[in-house]
Order: sequence, then structure tokens, then C-alpha cells
Amino acid sequence: MWVSIWLAVIGLVVGIGIGLNLPVFLPAAYAKYLGIAILAALDSVFGGIRAAMEENFDNLVFLSGFIGNALMAALLVFIGDRLGVDIYIAAVVAFGVRLFHNLGVIRRHLVGRKNEAV
Amino acid sequence: MAKFRFHWALILIGLVLGLMLSTQFRVQQEKVQAATVKRVEQLALNVETARQERDALRARVQELRDELDQAAEEVQLGELRSQLDHVRMQAGLLSVTGPGIEVVLSDSPTPAQPGQSPNLFVLHDEDLLKVVNELRASGAEAIAINSERLVATSEIRCIGPAVVINRDRRLAPPYTITAIGDPDTMIAALEMRDGVLATLKVWGIQATIRRVPEAVVPAYTGKTTFNYAVPVFEEGGS
Repeated sequence: MWVSIWLAVIGLVVGIGIGLNLPVFLPAAYAKYLGIAILAALDSVFGGIRAAMEENFDNLVFLSGFIGNALMAALLVFIGDRLGVDIYIAAVVAFGVRLFHNLGVIRRHLVGRKNEAV
Repeated sequence: MAKFRFHWALILIGLVLGLMLSTQFRVQQEKVQAATVKRVEQLALNVETARQERDALRARVQELRDELDQAAEEVQLGELRSQLDHVRMQAGLLSVTGPGIEVVLSDSPTPAQPGQSPNLFVLHDEDLLKVVNELRASGAEAIAINSERLVATSEIRCIGPAVVINRDRRLAPPYTITAIGDPDTMIAALEMRDGVLATLKVWGIQATIRRVPEAVVPAYTGKTTFNYAVPVFEEGGS
């Protein structure tokens, strides 16, 4: 599992390096959608780490969750903007709650008290 | 094999996430900067550049005018020479001197009462315009406000705290209007009962008129090029 995490971290560092030196620039109007996509992706990542710690990690679920969640979140926020509904807030709350929940579980796994309630 | 592919997928996901994060970071930074410092800096730079350009162009204009002066001096044909001088005098491109008056206008010293608009007690572009109009009507041949020559194309307008004439010359009170012409006529016109100065005095605007035996009105230094107007020559005329 740790090998996998290190591989992902290497990918992350390389990705940040590329992103910072990319000549193209995202228009500020789309920053909101990218932000939500990032939140969804982070949620998937922590969900994946949690699953790996609970030893029921599924590669396909993780991949589809990562890509699908990010795309769907951005798309829903986009549609919400067109319709005048703040789905943005709903997405932030939903993903935020899940993210912190997953973080809590991971922390408990790390300190070795897996069976306590979160 | 499956494990191998799984590892690649992880690297790829890290890569995508990194790209997203850094892009978002850059956008956000751009936003913050754009809103505050960057805009101000850019504007200040623009102003500075424009100012330098203007000064350079002004110097160039002066240079060219001097050249023209020299060229004109070399003209031997007396009539042409005097014609040129006459035209340039008419256009306000020559400094002129002669008998005239000096009108000094300044804002009212009485402070506005509470509830009264302070606007009533300060000089406006309109007031200057009226005085200048009166002077012209009474035969002033050359007029300058605060040593800035008024020519045929001169405007007098308000830009908030100051008055602007000749496109970019800002004037601040007290305004000194120098006019060359018959002093008696001009003074009589200004001090006419219910005339322009009488109206201004109602608001406490201070106006002093002084006769100047040798008033000097400087030459116009603004632009004299025509972008749209072209001369029309009559059939058979010159």
C-alpha cells in the first residue's frame, strides 16, 4: 500500500510541476468548476486511502470515482449556474463532510484504534 | 500485470490531481493580484508613459516651431513675411503685447452656511466663459487665462476641482485673465450694471480689474494640426 501511495505522490509532484509551468492559462470564469472538481477528486483520493486501510480497495471503483466524481461535480455546478441554483454550495458541503469523515477514519487507522466510532 | 497497470493508474491520478491543483492555484493568485496591486501598478505605469510621451511631443512641437520661425526669418519677400506674421498672430501663435487689462477672479471668501451648497461660492468654468465672452465682445484682441492663450479652438470646461482649457492645461484659482484691447471699453463692458461681474459679486466672487499699459499675452503652445478639416479653394481664387 505504501508503495502505491508513494507512486501517487510522485505523480502529484510531477503534475504540480507541469501545471505551474504550463503556458496555457485557465480563464478565471472556470476556476469555480475546477475548484469543485478538485474537491471531488480529493474526496475520492481520501476515500481510496481509507478503503486501502480497510483492505477493501477496488481499483475500478477508485478510478471511476476519481474521474466520475470530479466531472459530475463540475458539470452539476455548471448546470446549477445556468439554472440559478447554488448546487455549488451543496457540492462543497457534501464533499467536505465526506472528506473530513474519511480523514477521521484514516487518522484512527494510523493511530491504530480502528474499531472506535468516528 | 494487473498490479503493474494499477500502479500506472495511481501515477496518472496523482498527475491529474497535481495539474488541477496547480492550475487552480495559479488562477487564484492571478485573481488576487489582478484585483489589487497589479491594476494600480499598470495604471500608474500607463500614466507615466503617457506623460513622458506628452513631454517629448511638446518638446518636439517647440523645436519645430522654432525651426519654422527661423525659416520665416529667412524669407526675404517682405509682403509674404508680413502676411505670415499676420496670420500667425490671428491664430494666436505669436506672443503679443499691448495695452490691456488684467482681471483677477477668485473664489468667495465667505464660507457657505450649513445647508448651502458650497458650489455657489466657487468659480466655475461657466463664469470664466462669461467673462471671456464679454471681453471678446468688447474688442479684446488676445486673451490668456493664467498665461495660457485662448485661441479659436480653445474650450473652457470643468473637470471637477479644476478648470481645463486648451485640452490639457489645468487651471486653478485665482484666475488671472489678461486681455489686450481698449482698456476703457473692456472695463466698461465688464462693470456694466447687471453685467457679468455684478452677477458674480452676488455670490461674493472677488474680481479685481487692473489696467496694464503693456500687457503680455503668450503664444499658444498646444496642437495646431487639423485631422478632419481641409481648406476649400474657390474656383479661380487663390
